[in-house]
Amino acid sequence: MDLGINVFEMVIYLVGFIAFAAANAAYLVWVERKGAAHIQRRTGPKEVGPYGLLQPLADGAKLMSKQFIIPAGVDRPLFILAPILTMVPAIMIFVTIPFSETILARDFNIGLLMILAFASVNVLALLMGGWASRNKYAVISAARVVSQNIAYEIPMLIIVITIVLISGSMNLTEIVAGQAGGILHWNLLPTNGNFLGPITFIIFFICSLAETNRAPFDLGEAESELIAGFHTEYSSMGFGLFFMGEYANIVIAAALTTILFLGGWYSPLPESIPYAGASSVVWFLVKMYLLIWLVVLIRWTYPRVTLWSLLNLSWKILIPFSLFNLLASAGLVKLLG
Amino acid sequence: MSSQPLSQNQERFELNLGPQHPATHGVLRVKLLMDGEYIVDAEPVLGYIHRMHELMGENRSWAQYLPNMGRLDYLSALSYNLGYVELVEKMAGIEVPERAEYIRVITTEMNRISSHLLWFGAFVLDLGGFTPLLYAFDDREQILDLLEAVTGSRLTYCYYLFGGCYNDVEDDFLSGCLAFVKRLRTRLPMYHNLVTKNVILRQRLEGVGPVSAEMCRKYGATGPVLRGSGINYDLRKNEPYSIYPELDFDVPVYPEGDSMARFMVRMDEMEQCLRIIEQAIAKIPEGPVMAEKVPKMIKPAAGDYYHAVEAARGTFAIRAVSDGANQAYRMKLRSPTFSNLSLFQEASRGMLLADGLAFMGSLDLVIPEIDR
Amino acid sequence: MNKENVIQELQALAAEGMADQPEVASVAAVAGPAGEEEAKPQTAIPPEPRRNGVLEVDYAVRGVHVDVQIQGDQVVRAAQILDEAGMTLEAITGVDWINDQELEVVYDYSYTGGSCFRVVVRARISRHEPTIPTVSGVFPGANWHERETFDFFGIHFEGHPQLEYLLLPEDCDFHPLLKDFKGC
Repeated sequence: MDLGINVFEMVIYLVGFIAFAAANAAYLVWVERKGAAHIQRRTGPKEVGPYGLLQPLADGAKLMSKQFIIPAGVDRPLFILAPILTMVPAIMIFVTIPFSETILARDFNIGLLMILAFASVNVLALLMGGWASRNKYAVISAARVVSQNIAYEIPMLIIVITIVLISGSMNLTEIVAGQAGGILHWNLLPTNGNFLGPITFIIFFICSLAETNRAPFDLGEAESELIAGFHTEYSSMGFGLFFMGEYANIVIAAALTTILFLGGWYSPLPESIPYAGASSVVWFLVKMYLLIWLVVLIRWTYPRVTLWSLLNLSWKILIPFSLFNLLASAGLVKLLG
Repeated sequence: MSSQPLSQNQERFELNLGPQHPATHGVLRVKLLMDGEYIVDAEPVLGYIHRMHELMGENRSWAQYLPNMGRLDYLSALSYNLGYVELVEKMAGIEVPERAEYIRVITTEMNRISSHLLWFGAFVLDLGGFTPLLYAFDDREQILDLLEAVTGSRLTYCYYLFGGCYNDVEDDFLSGCLAFVKRLRTRLPMYHNLVTKNVILRQRLEGVGPVSAEMCRKYGATGPVLRGSGINYDLRKNEPYSIYPELDFDVPVYPEGDSMARFMVRMDEMEQCLRIIEQAIAKIPEGPVMAEKVPKMIKPAAGDYYHAVEAARGTFAIRAVSDGANQAYRMKLRSPTFSNLSLFQEASRGMLLADGLAFMGSLDLVIPEIDR
Repeated sequence: MNKENVIQELQALAAEGMADQPEVASVAAVAGPAGEEEAKPQTAIPPEPRRNGVLEVDYAVRGVHVDVQIQGDQVVRAAQILDEAGMTLEAITGVDWINDQELEVVYDYSYTGGSCFRVVVRARISRHEPTIPTVSGVFPGANWHERETFDFFGIHFEGHPQLEYLLLPEDCDFHPLLKDFKGC
């Protein structure tokens, strides 16, 4: 391939991913607000545009036109860097995510590793933001976020290793390809050969909720305890970037879950059925957004856990279970494979 | 925030919770000394919404002081109205027609439910569950509409007068109340299914913020806090006033003393309020709603008088000292949450911040009433 | 709880106080001359300061069962008696009897363990030197009530762990419920 086409392709993908991340962040806020409203028997945003569909744009315009206040005494470089650092890795991660067989920017051999590596940068950004704010609530929040993310990264990685064992690859495309042939072949279900599939999925889902700081594990934000946690002192697009980063991370978590457990772009139906059985990016997006909707539902249904029970859940339940799960899966692979 | 830099070597730090903080539900400030996430010491700082109601009581005539009662505990203002008018009626020897007594009880209990509903929503909000708040408001709105139709206001009621009520209720109101009773009877099981049985909520509340009966006694805590510690003490039963002795209701008591017990006491109390309302509506007699001879100038005999009623948050008592004039010589308002909050400092030691806030929410604070 | 016992003990306590300082009324006679009261008949005359002792009053009218007046330095012992009886301290407040040049500190006790029983304990102290021992050692809940009374009346509770302004701003220099307070 010639260099010009390569550069062109790169730019297209980069612009596309930034737009995708931003549009997702904006419209997931709308989905969240509208969803919350209907769960709570309200109307939700409805003034700006039909069904309030232009509300995210209005919010974005408002955030961008506000002053970015840097409080006195904060650690300036860190304070400014932190929101950027939440957004950049999120966009980087999109590079490796295969939305379909053809729509992917880079097909890495170790795509999974790269996603997890970049995902853990997010913690650093939240820690920096909290620490640099020089606000006690923000510092408490940063400490919470760090302990929470470290605690949940471990079971998450163990689960990922389990999937890698089953698929025999760290390449996301190959992991998806291993699940071809309808719903019965998905890693989610025991019919795939690994009867621990559902447990693996549940642990992974809980971990991804905790990793993205979503309710009921939103201890970093905990608005009734810590005001707004690490972004208490942020205004304007500083806050906006944290916000977008949060939603971008949710999208990534949902996409990763789709890839690892739900057969990526493959249809749940056998390929022999015309149209519905064909694999396409539509299936990927449907699965991803259903997962995101599940995350939204959970947020508006459950109260928040305490930090201690959160950490106990990880260290005392999820980590032993995921280790056991890894061993059992490894044994199964050895026996059956 | 503080002007002190956060030093790495400083193990304990002070955290100002409030006066503007989402969890204090008003302008309460709690000076916390924290060791990481643990509360070492919590000192509530009061007075941000202090209005010196007691001095106002000395400067206004007995009747002019009536509207002040709605401004103390704005969530269950009618209990305070009731306490005050009953006190003055006792002092001046005014007889209240029976219908008025029934109306008072019906409206007070409706108000108690609305107060508990708001507490329910706000409390679960403190725990991070947003949705129940809107459901509770949905129900509460019905009560406010009903009460607005009779009292003319939605929050700071001033409905009872010495010798009766400001105006009679219509049948619409009574049938509306019955419809609401029916509605809440279907809603409460839903709340229990969705909220009370939630495993995270139970984990957050069970065993959190234990308050022993002895501690309640030492601090003078009353109301649901006391009943959540296993003491069966409800002034409507123990020191009957108005027509409560004629009505059949239970006092929910839970012995555990933790936040869950206080939660359950209030939830069960709503059911009992419904029973009271139902019976009162069934029994309400016809007749006038104002006593015939109420003096324009009330001049009670000199001396001091005490009257206590069960407000939504505990014992609300007034000690009025009269020198025989048209206004009080001294008006002491004893608010329940003032005493209930005073045990927070001792009880919250060693708690996690999140648990401390759950505990504070379970005390059901209304700051204007604490600060008076 | 035995109500009779409590009343007897309080009676003994009040009698003790009378032996020490026989008449509160005599202090009042010096400080608050009768002529002053007659000069403004439209404000009805407050009741004559009563002597120390225990009165069983009509609950239906007064809202309390037992009305006890004791010496200022006896309030802690009264609190102990009532604490042993299992009663709880509902409120502490003051009354400014400016005509007698006295402040009255009022303690409201109630019984939460069963049948209704309310006791009010009152003690009169000099208006010029308003000090009285704290009962917060017996009832920790008295802490805030005493601070509030200190706010409003400037009554100094001896031995109080933290006698600071509670409801009023920390830098204020007045006590609004004193009858000679003219606003600020």
